[in-house]
Amino acid sequence: MSDKTAPPLLAARQLTLRIGGHLLCRDLDMQLFPGDSLVILGRNGAGKSTLLAALAGLRAPESGEILLAGKRYAEHGARAAARQRGWLGQRRDDPFAAHVLETALTGRHPHLGRWQWESAADIARARTALAEVGLEAMAARDVRTLSGGERQRLAIATLLVQDAPLMLVDEPLAHLDMNHQIAALTLLAERVRRGAALISILHDPGLAARYHTQALLMYGDGESEIGAADELLIPEKLSRLYGHPLLKIAADGRTAFVPA
Amino acid sequence: MPKTLFGLSGLFALTILSLGAALSMGSLEISLAEWTEILRGEETLAADIVLKLRLPRALSGFACGALLAVSGVLMQALLRNPLADPYILGVSGGASVGALCAILLGLGGLLLDVFAFGGALAALLLVFGLAHGDGSWTQTRLLLTGVMVAAGCGALVMLLITLAPEARLRGMLFWLMGDLSQTSNPWPPLLFLGVLLIAILPVAREITLLGQGMESAQTLGVDVRRLRRRVYFLAALAIAIAVTSAGAIGFVGLVVPHLTRLLTGNDQRILLPAAALLGGALLVAADTLARTLIAPEQLPVGVLTALLGVPAFLFLLSRRDSP
Repeated sequence: MSDKTAPPLLAARQLTLRIGGHLLCRDLDMQLFPGDSLVILGRNGAGKSTLLAALAGLRAPESGEILLAGKRYAEHGARAAARQRGWLGQRRDDPFAAHVLETALTGRHPHLGRWQWESAADIARARTALAEVGLEAMAARDVRTLSGGERQRLAIATLLVQDAPLMLVDEPLAHLDMNHQIAALTLLAERVRRGAALISILHDPGLAARYHTQALLMYGDGESEIGAADELLIPEKLSRLYGHPLLKIAADGRTAFVPA
Repeated sequence: MPKTLFGLSGLFALTILSLGAALSMGSLEISLAEWTEILRGEETLAADIVLKLRLPRALSGFACGALLAVSGVLMQALLRNPLADPYILGVSGGASVGALCAILLGLGGLLLDVFAFGGALAALLLVFGLAHGDGSWTQTRLLLTGVMVAAGCGALVMLLITLAPEARLRGMLFWLMGDLSQTSNPWPPLLFLGVLLIAILPVAREITLLGQGMESAQTLGVDVRRLRRRVYFLAALAIAIAVTSAGAIGFVGLVVPHLTRLLTGNDQRILLPAAALLGGALLVAADTLARTLIAPEQLPVGVLTALLGVPAFLFLLSRRDSP
């Protein structure tokens, strides 16, 4: 699956991040190739979102280097970077009315020329993505009338429409019901299977293990561990990570972690 | 798209209609025979009134209305706040302080314009400098800085009015309310309207994306810092020029963006030109009313736009949950 001759989709070297004087991670190294999926776990305030924002080129790290497909963000420019990297943030707020379809179409922005309007093919792409998240019947709705979960699925659809090979998703499961949680993770995993790379921030170690091959544990004091998911997502490490003992439960080939 | 073109051509027709009304209405009735004389280029009294008085005033009104409406749309997008209007960041406050100083000193004509424009520029740069200061340049910081500068200017305006001798008060009040009767030269606002549209329409799709938030827009491929700087300076200059030529005409810049949005949606590629047409047409119509309703007395057009704008806005607000 992975093509190790091309530069990695994303590489971080010696990354150090600090927010308000508080150290979040020190000298972090990582590489993501097509087909890789990494989950970031940690307690509230451990710096997961800040790290993801830095990896997305939204904030500068204190030191270290981030390379998107072999180049720094500044070298790409905003538009070219957006064709390589998609980002799903935590916050949604829509001050102005917009249709659901119109919003999903914003994912095409980096692919369109300055004077180009969305083509029929772009609209078909957006409709497909809306169908994938189960919003096809709401294409004409005003985004401000959507529920939290529906708005979240629209944001996921927009990310799919953007069609970037690197997807950085910050709590993609927020506001989602169980069925939509699995549907969303399956959609992202399908993209990874077809050659994308994924970094997600999740709060459920069971789902993290089920949908990711690599894990990054952020302990909140600058210390972090990165490695294969099945080596890191074990009760001993997770209990230390969350500061509460966890039990691993297996049934029908699935695992779940529950607080002891 | 067809619906859009239909809407835009409707607004274009409205603009032509309002300009036609502005040229033909007034204390002097112009007969059909006189109109043909004017169109043939004959120099008559009617031709003088239409071409030297009504036409420049109508064109100024159109340009100022369009500038205010477009800058209202831009300020709302920049601050991601549907309640923002062109005056929220203190540019018009700066212009008012400059203009009142000029009136207090007994200056008029071009010098008055220079003072007003200088005041607007000073406010624009002050707000930018303070809000941009540490490079964070967030919406909240920009909004708070602008509102504070506007409040400061408001206090200075009150001070100047208090200090002014009786004889100058009327001129000051008319300037503050917004008035097209003193505008003789429609070219500065018209030219800048052209510049504004040429500079802003190529980035219209990116401005729409700002509505989703700065980080979202950035990751969708918008160079947010550069775009916001461009939007701020173009909008602020548009306001400075509009206020310099017509005073702080109220409500056009707040109501027209919302009215237009109800017609076209929030896609800035359509919203910006549509708001320009509607803002221009409405201000021309309001000014025609302002100078004919109680003729030969003239109402300041800013009072009329506010009197019409407030109920229209409240009606829209109660009819839908949106503005």
